[in-house]
Amino acid sequence: MASEKISSSSKPIAMLKVLNPFHIWALGVGIVLVGEFMGWNFTVGKGGAYASLIACWVIGLLYTCVAMIDSEVTSTVAAAGGQYTQAKHIIGPLMAFNVGLYLVMAYTMLCAADALVVGDLMKSGAEVMGYTSLDTKPFVVLTVVFLAWLNYRGVFATLTLNLVITFLAFMSLVVLFFSVDPLHQGVVLQHEGLLTDLPYGWIGVVASLQFGMWYYLGIEGTCQAAEEVRSAGRSIPLGTMGGMMTLLVAATITWFVAAGLMPWQYLGQAVTPMYDAATLLGSSQLQLMLFVATAFAAIASANGCINDASRAWFSLGRDRYMPVFFGAIHPKYRTPYRSVLFLVPIAISFAFTGLLDQVITFSILSGLLSYTFMTFNMIKFRKMWPLGSIHRGYIHPFHPIPAITLLTLCCATYFATFLGYGASLLSIMAFYILASIWFVLRRYKYVKRADQFTMPWPRPKGY
Amino acid sequence: MNKNYTPPNQGMFGQIFDTILVLVLVYSSLMLPLLFKAAAKAEDAAAAAATAVKATWESLGQNAVQQAQWIKLGYDPDKAASLINSRFDYTIDPVMLIITIVVVGGYFWFMLKVSDKEYREVIREKFDNK
Repeated sequence: MASEKISSSSKPIAMLKVLNPFHIWALGVGIVLVGEFMGWNFTVGKGGAYASLIACWVIGLLYTCVAMIDSEVTSTVAAAGGQYTQAKHIIGPLMAFNVGLYLVMAYTMLCAADALVVGDLMKSGAEVMGYTSLDTKPFVVLTVVFLAWLNYRGVFATLTLNLVITFLAFMSLVVLFFSVDPLHQGVVLQHEGLLTDLPYGWIGVVASLQFGMWYYLGIEGTCQAAEEVRSAGRSIPLGTMGGMMTLLVAATITWFVAAGLMPWQYLGQAVTPMYDAATLLGSSQLQLMLFVATAFAAIASANGCINDASRAWFSLGRDRYMPVFFGAIHPKYRTPYRSVLFLVPIAISFAFTGLLDQVITFSILSGLLSYTFMTFNMIKFRKMWPLGSIHRGYIHPFHPIPAITLLTLCCATYFATFLGYGASLLSIMAFYILASIWFVLRRYKYVKRADQFTMPWPRPKGY
Repeated sequence: MNKNYTPPNQGMFGQIFDTILVLVLVYSSLMLPLLFKAAAKAEDAAAAAATAVKATWESLGQNAVQQAQWIKLGYDPDKAASLINSRFDYTIDPVMLIITIVVVGGYFWFMLKVSDKEYREVIREKFDNK
């Protein structure tokens, strides 16, 4: 239970349980959908158009495993912090600390990238209207500050906004799909002339798995809201699996349209490929629609990221893994307001570094480390509390096949990252290794041992 | 029955110090790869300057459909050449690959070992010291 003793009073304050499965869908898809508007196309750059399609489906399988595993564990460990809280109850404090950091870093960096996209998009729009030197920085700041204010005021309004703008952004992809006369090749779409053999061979297919994660990165964020949904056992699996199906459809549509309109060498490096696709069709209405939809997708993603990063940071503070100051809930709005406010300048400063590819790679790798953790977590969870020993809101089928599949695909994606981004991989690993050593030597002494296990479960088997 | 561990309280200065330390680590790891990239970019620029020739759609290997789409996107052969000729190098350095495997594998091994030790303390306090 999310409760916290405010210094001046001993009355426990809990977060409000106001969300339904549609909000969960909006949280998950809202964070991810921006990946269909930009970023996914770097898979094309790493391996060609066909490699991108293969990556879309292979990484789709990785995320289906993530969604299955997450739905079972989250519907059983229904508490703020999501995978962090799971790690605390199943693996141990050091793993939990690292998982908390993965979540904070993945979402804060993604939020920074989203704000950068909003800024760049405004610049593109201004150029179309004849203003060539628009400064993007005020738009970056405005986006983050406005969304942080929404998050500060309450989760219901935050995720209701996400529900509306995410749905509109998704529908714009559907409209774009039907605008290109998809059943008649050669009329608008030119797959026959544009699709080539694999330019790097099969190693390019493996390499493209790295950015294939952009098609779905963040869907697991649904479980961050576990403490604020009315029925975690129903809402989390419904919202998460529904979100995965939406994303698989959106990713396939996105690839089909873009690969049929642009040469792969252009597509592989484009900043806003779907907006470019609309521009190529020569319709100003479609161009305007994709401009608005790209902005909506980036705002929805940044919004969800602030929501999730602040809850993960709040959980770390509440458990004293990070300074306890951050573990406070607002007495009126019932939100982790100090964590929300703390992450605002951090997200803005990441955006202002201008290191978009570094920021994205940090986000992707933090997500990948988190998925690797899920495999150990699931195996241990079933071993320590076998089926029937505790109440589970949802039981995923075919265990342990999803966990083994997930681990195999994670290893392939590490190798994909090594191909082209090896230095970034080692540098980010160095961060997590140093942070772990710091936790063991300094932070762990502030942690109350018995308080790390709060679920009403029997003693785990083997302990 | 053993007494539960009581952690010390951390003062405000300590909390600020710990927060800043984590931020410094994050920014350092963001900036570090730039050192490698700066060197690589300088080499690429030198190589590109050495091999620069006048590009045509044919020399760039673009068929009629591809050419038409490039033109619609506002590109001529010279402008498109930098995108078309920019390619990843997937040559695998076995030493770097082994180092990467050891680092990632070692990180998870260390994490699971230490976490297990800490988790046993948690369970002991939770279930034995009621």
